[in-house]
Amino acid sequence: MRRLRNVIITTATWVLVLLFFFPIAWMIVTSFKSEVDAAAIPPRFDAAFTLEQYAAVFDRGMTPYLVNSLMASLGSTALVLVLAVPAAYALSIRPIRRVRDVLFFFISTRFLPVAASILPVFFILKSLGALDNITALGLLYAVMNLPIAVWMMRSFFSEVPLEIVEAGQIDGAGLRTELLRIVLPIVLPGVAAVALICFIFSWNEYFLATILTTFEARTTPPFLASFVDGRGQFLAVLSAASTLAVLPVITAGWIAQKQLVRGLAMGAVK
Amino acid sequence: MTTTASPTADATRIELRAAANRVRSRHARLLVAPALFFSIALTQIPFLVTIYFSTLRWNQLRPAEIEFIGLDNYAVVFTGPDFLPSLWATVLITGTSVIMSLVLGMLFAVLLDRRFLGRGLARTLMITPFLVMPAAAALIWKWSMLDVNVGMVNVALDAVGLPAIAWNTDLPIATIIILLTWQYTPFMMLILLAGLQSQNREVIEAASVDGAGPWRTFRYMTLPHLRQYMEIGVLLGSIMMLQAFDPIAIMTKGTGGTKTLAYLLYERAFIGLDVGEAAAFGVVTVVVTIVVATIALRSLFSVFVKGGER
Repeated sequence: MRRLRNVIITTATWVLVLLFFFPIAWMIVTSFKSEVDAAAIPPRFDAAFTLEQYAAVFDRGMTPYLVNSLMASLGSTALVLVLAVPAAYALSIRPIRRVRDVLFFFISTRFLPVAASILPVFFILKSLGALDNITALGLLYAVMNLPIAVWMMRSFFSEVPLEIVEAGQIDGAGLRTELLRIVLPIVLPGVAAVALICFIFSWNEYFLATILTTFEARTTPPFLASFVDGRGQFLAVLSAASTLAVLPVITAGWIAQKQLVRGLAMGAVK
Repeated sequence: MTTTASPTADATRIELRAAANRVRSRHARLLVAPALFFSIALTQIPFLVTIYFSTLRWNQLRPAEIEFIGLDNYAVVFTGPDFLPSLWATVLITGTSVIMSLVLGMLFAVLLDRRFLGRGLARTLMITPFLVMPAAAALIWKWSMLDVNVGMVNVALDAVGLPAIAWNTDLPIATIIILLTWQYTPFMMLILLAGLQSQNREVIEAASVDGAGPWRTFRYMTLPHLRQYMEIGVLLGSIMMLQAFDPIAIMTKGTGGTKTLAYLLYERAFIGLDVGEAAAFGVVTVVVTIVVATIALRSLFSVFVKGGER
């Protein structure tokens, strides 16, 4: 009886999970079909395998957009780490007054919608001639991700045993040694997780990319959005472009899945 | 410390330690300063400028005619025909999506907390919708899943004898809610799963030995334990979904009652080119978000702080 119930629940679980995953699976399957097969009703499961859609995507010039996305994401992630690691370190290990105020400030900027700052940012960039500039976009992504990074890093730092830090201090380790040689190696997996999460959020960002870039610095999400012009058949080629666009982040997310929850909940959940 | 040490030596030692602490504390401030400065310069100051913009008559088509008009833009916002429907769209879409993703997230968290064949793989597959680029998700759902002619959802409806539905044009609000729910269910699931895993298994087992059925155990032990996790999920989920822009821009362009505040602001500023009015919408959006967030955040801040405590 109990065994039977277990089998039923397990089967139901798998059916639901596969149902939820179906749109992604279908996107990947469709990306290897010809347009005619992709639009066939009823859907064809025996369609011939082809790579022509991927060739078509690159023919339509997706590469520069992918490169822009990569630059904005990697650049902003690097900047976030440089700013967040020392800040989080100070907020968790070093004695500092008004820690709570600073932390509250960081968490509140995360809750300030982009709507609050987009207009001035747009006009400042415009007057500086920095619209459609990948550095400017990366800079804004860094600001966007900074609070998450500080909070997440802090939750990793606070797991470092204080005795190790104190032992280092007694041995006369300076600030730099203390941070770089003693603490950082311990929290390295945490740093990697923070980096992956910042990368994911930057790579997927659409609103700022749409408003602040036009051509030179255009990233993948707005490119994808303008990919469909509604003429002719496009399901297969759209699926191929989408598959390429989501691949880096899905890979990164699968690698970091254990740390993902902590980052998403800003360190509130372990 | 030895008993032979004189009181003065003790005092010197204490003073030395205090001095060392002062140096450390100064260093600590230096470490926080860059991040703090960067954050203030690019979020708080622009927000103040937005407030200033909202008091200007400023249309990008007539850049020579910028003038101070006080609160007139707010009068336009509050008496205009767009604000209330937009606020309602925002509340309806965010509220429904948050609740649905929380319920589904709970279902999946409970199911994936059990031991079963392939659990690791099932979890990996389940988190994927949250990782998918929202722009790609919106396009795939719009065309491959919900399209009236070739969408798989309509193929499935057809298979069970139901008529096809033109989701994107006839049910735009449902379309957006379906997409947001699909993307955020994994998010809720991850947080609730962390909650389930932090539960004391022995207590649950003891309850079942004492004859409490699975439903009673869940209702009276698991659910109260998960409350905090549900609150975090709802708070963070609402904040993110309040700002959702991609699905609306890509799937409905704000038609059919899906013009949320985020989309309205974009439309006013970058299509209508009315900077003053858009800024006023921006300020109102911030106030709405703050109202939602502060209440929740005040009560939850201690939870977040605890997450980073020893």
